[in-house]
Amino acid sequence: MSGTWMTTRAWLLMLPLLVIMVAIIGWPLVDTVRLSFTDAQLVGTAGNYVGFDNYTRMLTSSNFTRTLSTTTWFAVVSVAAEMVLGVLAALLLNQEFRGRAVLRGLMILPWALPTVVNATLWRLIYNPEYGALNAALTQLHLIDDYRSWLGEPGTALAALIVADCWKNFPLVALIALAALQAVPRDITAAALVDGAGPFNRFRFVILPYLAGPLMVALVLRTIEAFKVFDIIWVMTRGGPANSTRSLSILVYQEAFSFQRAGSGASLALIVTLLVTVLAVAYATLVRKTAGSAT
Amino acid sequence: MLKSIGKTLLGAVFVGGLFVPHAFAETTLNALFMAQAAYSEADVRSMTEAFTKANPDIKVNLEFVPYEGLHDKTVLAQGSGGGYDVVLFDVIWPAEYATNKVLVDVSSKITDDMKKGVLPGAWTTVQYDGKYYGMPWILDTKYLFYNKEILEKAGIKAPPKTWEELGQQAKIIQEKGLLKTPVAWSWSQAEAAVCDYTTLVSAYGGDFLKDGKPDFQNGGGLSALKYMVDSYKSGLTNPNSKEFLEEDVRKVFENGDAAFALNWTYMYNMANDPKDSKVAGKVGVVPAPGVAGTSEVSAVNGSMGLGITAVSKHQDEAWKYIEFMTSQATQNQYAKLSLPIWASSYDDPAVTKGQEELIAAAKLGLAAMYPRPTTPKYQQLSTALQQAIQESLLGQTTPEDALKTAAQNSGL
Repeated sequence: MSGTWMTTRAWLLMLPLLVIMVAIIGWPLVDTVRLSFTDAQLVGTAGNYVGFDNYTRMLTSSNFTRTLSTTTWFAVVSVAAEMVLGVLAALLLNQEFRGRAVLRGLMILPWALPTVVNATLWRLIYNPEYGALNAALTQLHLIDDYRSWLGEPGTALAALIVADCWKNFPLVALIALAALQAVPRDITAAALVDGAGPFNRFRFVILPYLAGPLMVALVLRTIEAFKVFDIIWVMTRGGPANSTRSLSILVYQEAFSFQRAGSGASLALIVTLLVTVLAVAYATLVRKTAGSAT
Repeated sequence: MLKSIGKTLLGAVFVGGLFVPHAFAETTLNALFMAQAAYSEADVRSMTEAFTKANPDIKVNLEFVPYEGLHDKTVLAQGSGGGYDVVLFDVIWPAEYATNKVLVDVSSKITDDMKKGVLPGAWTTVQYDGKYYGMPWILDTKYLFYNKEILEKAGIKAPPKTWEELGQQAKIIQEKGLLKTPVAWSWSQAEAAVCDYTTLVSAYGGDFLKDGKPDFQNGGGLSALKYMVDSYKSGLTNPNSKEFLEEDVRKVFENGDAAFALNWTYMYNMANDPKDSKVAGKVGVVPAPGVAGTSEVSAVNGSMGLGITAVSKHQDEAWKYIEFMTSQATQNQYAKLSLPIWASSYDDPAVTKGQEELIAAAKLGLAAMYPRPTTPKYQQLSTALQQAIQESLLGQTTPEDALKTAAQNSGL
């Protein structure tokens, strides 16, 4: 069979998928780009062409810069914490002990919960009047009085990050655990015989096997964290005083609450662009690590 | 182009469906309600059941969302070209809904009997530019609830008549060690905070707008926010108020942890229900206080109405349903969580029995209801105000500066 026929056949087989992709992703994307250059309202006027007005207005607004830094902070801290927690949990669950299978199953529970359920649950835990966290901390004499965790700008974002970590570290743990199964026993055993301590064994023997898969987890989690909406919407709606407002919430407010579909679309595209840059940067990194590993 | 092809295909499917014989023409209405304050979900379901029993050819699908999702859900359904026939709407939305043609003008359907029977204050809920965009359904304002037992223990004879007096009484309660923070409000970053603020604006005789331009940063509007900040900083207000919605306020009050609380009608009978409430039988209710020399009482218009969406294909059936839901008979039957829109109901023993105190407060409060600004840009204005309120409470800025910024960001 000739190479061209193989190529043609491959394209033919992919055609149905491509058509569907263009219809459900390509078309809305093109329409969003068109919208972003108009002053269209969500309901009512179709809008007139306004050039780059929406983009300049959105990029220069103080709301955007503030929200961008909130979102970046949220993404960096929560993803970093999830990576560390996930790897530690995976190392633990890779040991042999009784009840390991049950624990491995249980660990996946938070991740399997719908985000809205998770958020509601944490709202109850943080409740300033009867929340479990306040009760636990006062009984341990760590704080004197019940606190409003979600009502203070200083603690609200941190509280959200904890809730997000609890939900998402199992994904990292699961990926890391799978990767750990690929570490050959004889190498770890040899390292042990050579007198390598636990840290050195992890750093020089195990980590090289984890790097690739962890990179995938990092990419997935960063993109997700950057787009965060639901957990914040349920827990604080962006408050107090907008200190936990994420980029996605800003897009939602602009496009749906204020019904400015045009500027909302431009803001959404800016966010998409930022996420794409991140994704491409990561993809390059992954390719490099994969290249150096072999 | 794509759309029209889609429609043709859909049309073909429906034409095919026509050949299937039907026993009788059945209409299905989709209705959007809220699951928060006023009538409970169970109440709305049993009202609707009574309607479908009387009209077996109409089916009603009910959907309930939290208040915070009601506006966006309505607009989004409309934007995507379908969804609901009947929607519940807040008093602050008719301007926007009318301008953007979300709701249909039902002026011709309002009968003279309706005009005569319904309280004048209720009509303002559904009117914009002289036209009617629905029927008022929930007639509501925020009342001052107080815990009779705590006031008695503190030696306070009567609930406060002015906001200043409320502060003094709260201080007595605090000093006697009865409660650490006696006052509870719903100051979360949400519409609830704007409702509390509006109540105070009405007390201080402020104006939201003057000639269409923001005026809340001056006079009464500024005094209202200053009162909130003072009450918060002095420690009389429960500091958790800044993350409370109405339901949180209710729980705190029902737990006996607040001597004073501002909330809607529905809290009266809920807090008096011994099943869930520790303060049953000790609940006092009066109109929200006034300000000496300016106002006797204060109140925010927090009413809501039922309207027909412009995309509804069953407008007659939808109106029939609305008529039933807002009828005096239906409203009198379910007058425990939300009071009727009909004037004569307030003298009907079937309605007043067991809640005489609430009815007495309602007569004064409902007459003093103060509107939030009528503008198609209300959502933006409200968002700016919410931010101003929270930033001032947190001490990030002064009330003066916060309101000035809000005026700039209000879009007006």
